[in-house]
Amino acid sequence: MTHSPVKKLGAPKAVAPKPALRRFHQARWDEPIIFELSVAGQRGVLPPEPEAAIVETAGDVFDNVPASLQRKHPPALPEMAQLHVLRHYLRLSQENLGVDLNIDVGQGTCTMKYSPKVNDQLARSHRLTELHPLQPLSTVQGILEVMYRLEGMLKEISGMDRVTLQPGAGSAAIYTNVSMIRAYHEARGEGQQRTEVITTSFSHPSNAAAAKVAGYRIITLPPDADGYPDFEALKAAVSERTAALLITNPEDTGIFNPRIEAFVELVHSVGGLCSYDQANANGILGITRAREAGFDVCHFNLHKTFSTPHACGGPAAGACGVTEAIAPFLPTPTIEFDGTRYYLDYNRPQSIGKIRPWYGVAPNLLRAYAWIMSLGADGLREVAEVAVLNNNYLMHNVLKIRGASAPYAKGKRRIEQVRYSWEQLSEETGVHSEEIGYRAADFGTHYWTSHHPFVVPEPMTLEPTESYSQQDLDEYIRILNHIAEEAYTDPEIIHTAPHNSTVHRIDQESFDDPEAWAVTWRAYQRKLKKSQES
Amino acid sequence: MRNKQLVYPYIPNSVPATKAAMLQAVGAKSMEDFYADIPESIRFRGRLNLPEPLLSEAALVRHVEGLLAKNQSTREVLSFLGAGCAPHHVPAVCDEVNSRSEFLTAYAGEPYEDHGRFQALFEYESMMGELLNMDVVNVPVYDGFQASATALRMAGRITGRSLALLPATVMPDKLSKIRDYLRPDMQVALVAFDEATGLMDLSDLQKQINAQTAAVLIENPSYLGFLETQAEQIGQIAHENGALFVVDVDPITLGVINPPVAYGGDIVCGDIQSLGMHMNFGGGHAGFIATRDEEKFVMEFPSRLFGIATTRVEGEYGFGDVAYERTSFAVREEGKEWVGTAAALWGITAGVYLALMGPQGMRELGEGIMQRVRYAVSKLNQAPGVKTRFPNTPHFKEFVVDFNATGRTVQQINDALQLKGIFGGKDLSAEFPSLGQCALYCVTEVHTQADIDRLVQAIEEAVR
Repeated sequence: MTHSPVKKLGAPKAVAPKPALRRFHQARWDEPIIFELSVAGQRGVLPPEPEAAIVETAGDVFDNVPASLQRKHPPALPEMAQLHVLRHYLRLSQENLGVDLNIDVGQGTCTMKYSPKVNDQLARSHRLTELHPLQPLSTVQGILEVMYRLEGMLKEISGMDRVTLQPGAGSAAIYTNVSMIRAYHEARGEGQQRTEVITTSFSHPSNAAAAKVAGYRIITLPPDADGYPDFEALKAAVSERTAALLITNPEDTGIFNPRIEAFVELVHSVGGLCSYDQANANGILGITRAREAGFDVCHFNLHKTFSTPHACGGPAAGACGVTEAIAPFLPTPTIEFDGTRYYLDYNRPQSIGKIRPWYGVAPNLLRAYAWIMSLGADGLREVAEVAVLNNNYLMHNVLKIRGASAPYAKGKRRIEQVRYSWEQLSEETGVHSEEIGYRAADFGTHYWTSHHPFVVPEPMTLEPTESYSQQDLDEYIRILNHIAEEAYTDPEIIHTAPHNSTVHRIDQESFDDPEAWAVTWRAYQRKLKKSQES
Repeated sequence: MRNKQLVYPYIPNSVPATKAAMLQAVGAKSMEDFYADIPESIRFRGRLNLPEPLLSEAALVRHVEGLLAKNQSTREVLSFLGAGCAPHHVPAVCDEVNSRSEFLTAYAGEPYEDHGRFQALFEYESMMGELLNMDVVNVPVYDGFQASATALRMAGRITGRSLALLPATVMPDKLSKIRDYLRPDMQVALVAFDEATGLMDLSDLQKQINAQTAAVLIENPSYLGFLETQAEQIGQIAHENGALFVVDVDPITLGVINPPVAYGGDIVCGDIQSLGMHMNFGGGHAGFIATRDEEKFVMEFPSRLFGIATTRVEGEYGFGDVAYERTSFAVREEGKEWVGTAAALWGITAGVYLALMGPQGMRELGEGIMQRVRYAVSKLNQAPGVKTRFPNTPHFKEFVVDFNATGRTVQQINDALQLKGIFGGKDLSAEFPSLGQCALYCVTEVHTQADIDRLVQAIEEAVR
């Protein structure tokens, strides 16, 4: 058979334009549970063997370990070759949708912005990863300088006098603030008297929950007709029992509360303190600060506003800013500079003590530092402005979608996010917000309803941050619009979604039944066996 | 001066034409329109006083690497520091997996778009379950401190009691966290330890335990490195008095040391930094909590618990939240403590670590560490005036070196060691004044015989 070296078509065959909606399908490796991949005898890594002299000198290392402490049966971990461990986890990773892969505007309140790769690379330097926290200070001046400088930047961004970088994430930062507030009142002899913390319906659940752990009774302000925290309710709530107001501005609705100073003044007038939850400060960097609004403490989530990666839910990092009056209660140690060297100050007699081991999540502190350094004052302002522009652009277009609305503050602009409602769509089609999320997964996007309780019916919370382009936002709007159209024309496709995911609709019943739930493979095997035997 | 034309690589819509088009699309004149609700009295009208930015990636790398170059890491210096942050080898595959964009940049998606995260964390829970011989393990909390503090609060809720008894040898920083965290609802008391063995003074335990005792907690190994050989008796004493036995364990010991459930542990907790996380200047921590699969225990976890289930399609594993209604996500302050972003990626990483190590690897690693420690202890005791504390009590990877008889302070010795490129152990003289000049040393699989010999020689020279 002979081959002709060329075939004459005359022109390239045209590839048809891409359809308006991406024909996405999530990876579907049909991957077993890791224990099912185990092959007796296989090894993934070999620990270094001790030298002969060590083995000889040591003798039987278990000779003084009582029988009750000696492990007779090895743990039934999987036995796998290295490639097979790697391949399993790479497949699982492909079945996961990180920010880097999608238009992640659907996880509102969480500020799913781009985490620059260069910062990850810097954080992987062995001059950080291989540092022990107890090394002599002379050998860790670089990382201490990073932390000190980061504190300085966050002081400027918040307007506060001191910042601790110790909390592991946002909720830990809320708790740290409440613990400092408690210590402040106790130091003034008002610990017994001040037993109540006031928060709001639209604040993160951890404001209420962490304050409860710290021993406070929780009073929750509902939204008023305009969506602001109800000022009349605050008037009724404040008293000599008030320890603090924990409030967010803007709240998850994205509506800035213009009377925030009045809230703060009222709480101060009864001797309470005010804590500003700035987990997400993305829309107001350089625009308004905790200091000017009169707050005593605030906190930032460095994994939100300051770009450190969300890491499937941590490691993250939290930072608490405080005024001079609260500074004595900061966790130990603080990071100080004496003009020539950086050091750790443990001599803080009024401190609440430790919130977590050591000094904070150092790799994320480095990332946040690098992120701020890459932007500067003007860049941070650009972040805020574009995040807000993106949000208002998104809202403008979402509100054109049939069945969608943005409760409260009609006609007003929003800051960095919006809590929408599909109430109308749901009433007209029987499709629920949660199901819209399952369907959104079919197009390669995230979608989140909202925190409980659903004060806004059939909620959806979108936050586009500064990271997404106009084209990205247009694509997300096309997806939502398409799903809304489906709700009216073919709701079954939504009720049975997802169709293009790794797995199909999961049976939920077992998760709340103690006989059926299984948090580990061993529990699953045991319970299956038991049910098969009976 | 602000350059109005500057386009930021991380901000695609900073292109002026795009901004203008989008402003027009929403009917806004300028960015200021969006901030109209913010009263002038709280507007920040200045320019933030921040360092001038390093706009190019190249300049940023140069700057940050310049700062990091001021550090000396444990790669350059031979380190024997531990004290809750351990130098273990991190297999390359651990870093490979936790550097994947798909995991590193994901957050809180549903089990449809994020099936991989749910499965990886379910597998982490499951492998920890095998290591611990327990059926319920949580998605990680922030760190081991938090795990202990929450384990004690869980014990308080389960028993309806309010006293927690801890050994006086407990890590002081952890104790600080626990005191702060328990303060409104529980009291903390310390049980004395035997100066010769380090072990808990059981008569003091008997004296202090009462009908209000919710939990007796031990660290195993203890902060001071020894194994609490009376663990089984301590558990019995706790149980006889209606208290729960909480065991705070270093999971890397469990290839050779019995898991706490074998000696009566009801709630087991600890830190997983040793399972595949770099030390990260103390930023590599994550905590676990484990219990038996009983409703009264499970319902007291604050954390997420990922469970396995069927889907509508045969042969598919699905995952979801077990007993979600107990969490603060579901019911705010009515939930158990709180749940939020903590340290999930380190959980996934610990799963990778355990899968790589397997049963054989965990056994070899554990035995090898104990052998190195025995060797180091034996050699150090030959140095003039140096002896190790608690000689008849078994140790895992840490041990106390007593310099009292050398006439030198730990600080003096550590200064001398540093000149020879060695980080000596943690100075315990401030935390445990009764021990005098003692230091806590840590030896793991990363240390060779030559490393230990070098340390011993340097100490001999320092005390001479």
